[in-house]
Amino acid sequence: MFKWLHPLAKPETLYHFCGRLFPWLMLSAVSILLFGNIWGLVFAPPDYQQFDTVRIIYIHVPAALLSMSTYTMMAIAAFIALVWQVKVAQWSVLAIAPIGAVFTAISLLTGMAWGKPMWGTWWEWDARLTSQLILLFLYLGVIALYGAFSDRQTGGKVASLLALIGIVNVPIIHFSVEWWNTLHQGASITKFDSPSVHPSMLWPLLISLLGFYLLMLALVCLRLRTAILEHEQHRPWVRATLGGH
Amino acid sequence: MQFDSFSDFLAMGGYGFFIWLAYGLTYGLLIGLVGYCFWEMKAFHQSFRQKLARAQRIKQYQETEHP
Repeated sequence: MFKWLHPLAKPETLYHFCGRLFPWLMLSAVSILLFGNIWGLVFAPPDYQQFDTVRIIYIHVPAALLSMSTYTMMAIAAFIALVWQVKVAQWSVLAIAPIGAVFTAISLLTGMAWGKPMWGTWWEWDARLTSQLILLFLYLGVIALYGAFSDRQTGGKVASLLALIGIVNVPIIHFSVEWWNTLHQGASITKFDSPSVHPSMLWPLLISLLGFYLLMLALVCLRLRTAILEHEQHRPWVRATLGGH
Repeated sequence: MQFDSFSDFLAMGGYGFFIWLAYGLTYGLLIGLVGYCFWEMKAFHQSFRQKLARAQRIKQYQETEHP
């Protein structure tokens, strides 16, 4: 596996690899996401307690899960960047951060729009909501720290460090519903032994989740390509790739 | 199909406002993000080509005026 992975540390190879993946990821992301969401909005049954508001689940849960797995991905890239000094790993940290921030914002906003009719409040300072808000600040902190240094190398290092330290928040978010009393309900699909969601709702949810996942990967590919070009613009291969047409 | 008519679908059993607010914000943010990522790529391509063309013009000028 490492024999296959290793060439991707070379910026030029990674640029072309992402370029080949991108159209397929983007196309499948859009179609699968729309398919899952339309299924959830039109064909899935309403909940017996939450009625039609349960349809928010098809964007809320995928966005929330993605906000955490995107963060994990960013922290792994930060670890590789700090320990093995892989340039492209450091660039990916910054390529991933804004994407994760948007997913986190989506999970918070959809949660608010769901909380108002079901809990009677837009916001509550409880464990799950607060730790998720901290995740948003961590993403924004990574972006801001990088921008605060005039030297991109130093900025990248410091931002990677914050990204890595911030990973402690991910298990806190996940277990917050068990460790503290909270308005938020417990996990429903991540307990694999006995998923507590009926298949008529679980399928559109899983399909929406796959759509979100593919969209995240597609956007990471796209942003990483831009980052690689920006950092490598004085190299001959960039001129050969972009100057030709 | 869970709804009898299109207005039924929009009403969402009385919770239409919250559901369409959630979906509207989500798709607004997602479309904004995708648009931003594409714009970023395009903007770099454009500035890079401009820089390249400028370097070429300078080189040409130097070659013709001062042989």
